[in-house]
Amino acid sequence: MTLEAFADTIIPGEKRYPEDRAVAGAAPGGGAVEAGAIELLEWDATGLTGGLDDFARALDAHALAYAAQHGLALDESVPPFVALPFEDRGALVGVLTAPGHPEKELWISLALFSNMAYDSAAHMHTRDAIAAGHPGLTAMGITTPDPDGLWRFPAYTYGRALADLHPDTTPSGSPA
Amino acid sequence: MTSTERTDVLVVGTGFGGAIAAYHLAAGGARVVMLERGPWLTGTDFEHDYKLGSSYTRIFDFVVGDGMSTLGGNCVGGGSVVYFAAMPRAPRFVFERRGSIARRMWPSAITRDTLDPWYDRVAESIPITHQGWEDVSYAGGLWAAACRHAGRTANPVPAAVDNGKCVNCNWMMAGCRFDAKQSLLFNYLPAALAHGAEIRPLHEVQSISRTDDGHYRVNYKLVHDEDYRLTTGDGAIEAKIIVLAAGAAATPVILQRSEATLGPMPHAVGRYFSGNGERLNTAVLNEDRVRDLLGLERGDGLAYAANQIGKGPTVANWDRLDGSLPEYTRYSLEQLYFPPGLGTILATAAGGSGPGWYGVGKKEMLKRWKSWLIIFQMIEDDNEGVFGPPPERGNADRLSQQMLGIGRLQYRPTANTRKAWAMADAEVKDILERDGLATVTPWTNDLVGAYTVHPLASCRIGDDPHTSALDDRHELRGHPGIFVTDGSAVPGALTVNPAMTICALAERAVPGIVRAARERGVEVTYGAPAPGGGTSGRRGTAPLVPALMRK
Repeated sequence: MTLEAFADTIIPGEKRYPEDRAVAGAAPGGGAVEAGAIELLEWDATGLTGGLDDFARALDAHALAYAAQHGLALDESVPPFVALPFEDRGALVGVLTAPGHPEKELWISLALFSNMAYDSAAHMHTRDAIAAGHPGLTAMGITTPDPDGLWRFPAYTYGRALADLHPDTTPSGSPA
Repeated sequence: MTSTERTDVLVVGTGFGGAIAAYHLAAGGARVVMLERGPWLTGTDFEHDYKLGSSYTRIFDFVVGDGMSTLGGNCVGGGSVVYFAAMPRAPRFVFERRGSIARRMWPSAITRDTLDPWYDRVAESIPITHQGWEDVSYAGGLWAAACRHAGRTANPVPAAVDNGKCVNCNWMMAGCRFDAKQSLLFNYLPAALAHGAEIRPLHEVQSISRTDDGHYRVNYKLVHDEDYRLTTGDGAIEAKIIVLAAGAAATPVILQRSEATLGPMPHAVGRYFSGNGERLNTAVLNEDRVRDLLGLERGDGLAYAANQIGKGPTVANWDRLDGSLPEYTRYSLEQLYFPPGLGTILATAAGGSGPGWYGVGKKEMLKRWKSWLIIFQMIEDDNEGVFGPPPERGNADRLSQQMLGIGRLQYRPTANTRKAWAMADAEVKDILERDGLATVTPWTNDLVGAYTVHPLASCRIGDDPHTSALDDRHELRGHPGIFVTDGSAVPGALTVNPAMTICALAERAVPGIVRAARERGVEVTYGAPAPGGGTSGRRGTAPLVPALMRK
C-alpha cells in the first residue's frame, strides 16, 4: 500500500474504488498504480524486488518524521506515507529525490520504474498493453501497430522545404 | 594445464571503433578476434516492444553516474545498432578548440582538412544519405519551420539510413527491424568476418595483463544471455596487439582495472570525459498555432501531433556553428525523438511549484505526448568527467537484469558548461515559444545528472602527455601495442553527433596499428578497399598513410 502511494505520487490517478487510500485520486484517469507499477516493481528483472519491503518501511519512517516536522496528525489505520495528504506525499518525494539526499538513488530508482509502468508499460508486451487499454499508453496517444505488431507510418513528412539551409553547408550536407 | 588461446589482434568491442579496426586488420591478413559484452542480434530479432527483456533493453546500457549518466550500445555492432544514424562531419572550428587546457586540445596533425579524406573513406564504407526535405519527418519539418519563423536556418541532417526501406517507425533505438539503418551489421562487420575475423558476443572484458614474451593477455567473463547481472564463466586470450573500443564509458574502466598488472596508466585515462555537451529540451506544441503561424498541415486534419512518427533526428539548426564566435557559445540545436521509458521521466512540466518531473502537471504533459517536439543541444563542455575506482566487473554495478547499472563517472559541470547550456536553453525557448507556438522546458539534471548518448574523450588523443592518454596515432602512452579507437579517443565535444568523427578517427588510426602489428611479427598489410569494394576513399587517404606508418 505504501509503494502504491509512492507510485501514485509519481504519476497520480483516480481512485480505483471509493475507499481507495493508496491512490489519492489527485488526477483523472488511471495513474502509475493502475498502469502496473507494483507488477513491474515485483518483477525481479528490475533489480528492486528484493528490497521492496525495506523501501516501504523506510518510506513510512520518512513519512512519520515529515509529519512530526510539519505538525501533521496521521490516521494510524493506514501506513504513515499513505496517511499523508497528496501534496505532502509530493513534497516528501521532492525531499527524498533532491540532489544531496543520501538515499536519493534509491528513491529515484523507484520513481523511474513507477514512471516506466505508466509511459511504457515495461512489464507487458507493448501491443498487449495497448490492446488492453493501458492507461499510460492510451493517454499518451500511442497508436496501434500493424497486425504483425510493427509500426509503420506511410505518411511522415510535410514534403517541402521549410527553411533556408545554412550558407556554409558542404555538398555532402555537413557543416563546413 | 590448458594452453591459453592466442591471436594476433584482440579487439574489445564491436562498435564503430572496433569494427573498423577489425575489418582492416583482418583484410590485411591478421588473425583477429573481437570480444563483445552484449548479445548478437540481427533483423527480425529487433522488436517493437518496450517490455523489459525485449531487444530494446537487451542492446542498450544506461549507466547512472554521479552528475552524468550515459547511454551506450550493448550488442554486436555497438552504438551503430542503437543510434539514430546522424552522420554529420564536425565543423572546422572544433579541431581548433582549446577547452580546459588553454591550448589546442587536438593533435597538431589533425584538422578538418586532414580529417576530410578519412571522413570520405567512411562515407564510402557506410552509405550516408544526403537527406532531402521529402525525407524529413513531421517533427523535423516542424523544427525547420519554427527556425525559419524565428529568422534562423535549418538543415536536414545526413544520415546512414536507406530511405527506401525506412518506414518511419521511430524504433531505431531498439535496432532496425527493416534493415534501413545502415549499421555496422551491413558493412564493416560482415566484411571483417569474410576476412576471417571472429566475433564472440557476451564476452565482457575485465582487464589486460602483460605476458612474459611482451604480448598481452585479455581477461574476460562470459555474461548470461538474459540476466546480465550473472556470469557463466571466464577466460583469457593472448594477443600481440590490443584494440580497445569498448566505448567511452567502458574503455577507461578496463584500463584502470588493468593498472595493477600493466603498471601506471597515463594521467588522462579516465579523465577529461565529455558528454558532448548534450542536453534535451521538450517543447509541447500548441497545435492551432502550428497550423496558423507556420502553415503546417498533415493533410488528415492534423497540424502536427506526430511525435511518434519518424526516424530520430532529421533537422538541425547550425546557426551557432560559427568559428568566429567564442568557445562555449557555439552549439547545434537538433530535433530528436526520444522514446518513452528511457528518459521521459526527466522531462519536466512547465509551471507549478514542484520539481515538475512527477505529479499532476507531469501527467498532464504526458497526455500531450503526441505534440511533443524534443530538441537536442550539443554545446562545448569542459571535459569535466572523471572516473572513480572501477566496479567489481564491467563498467557498472548492474541493478536490473539488463540496461540499468550504477557506474563510477563523476561530472561537475563548470561555469563554462552551465552557461553554454543556459544560452542554448534560452535560444530554444526563443525559437519555440515565439508567438505562443509552444511551451519549452529543459530536462532536469537533478535525477541522474546530465545525460549523454554520446560519451567521449575519457582516453583521448593529443600531443601533450599530461592531458592525453593516447598519442596522435591512438597508441596508449607507455603501453606500446595497445590502441584505443572508440569515442574515448575523441578529444572533446564536437557540437554535432559524433559517430562520423569517431569512424574517421578509427580509419585514420589503422595504419599506425598495422605498423605496430608488423613490428610485433604479425604479417599484415595496410590498404584494404572499403567493405563494399570501393577504392576512391583509399586513393584519397593514400598520401596521408606513410606519415602514419612511420615509426
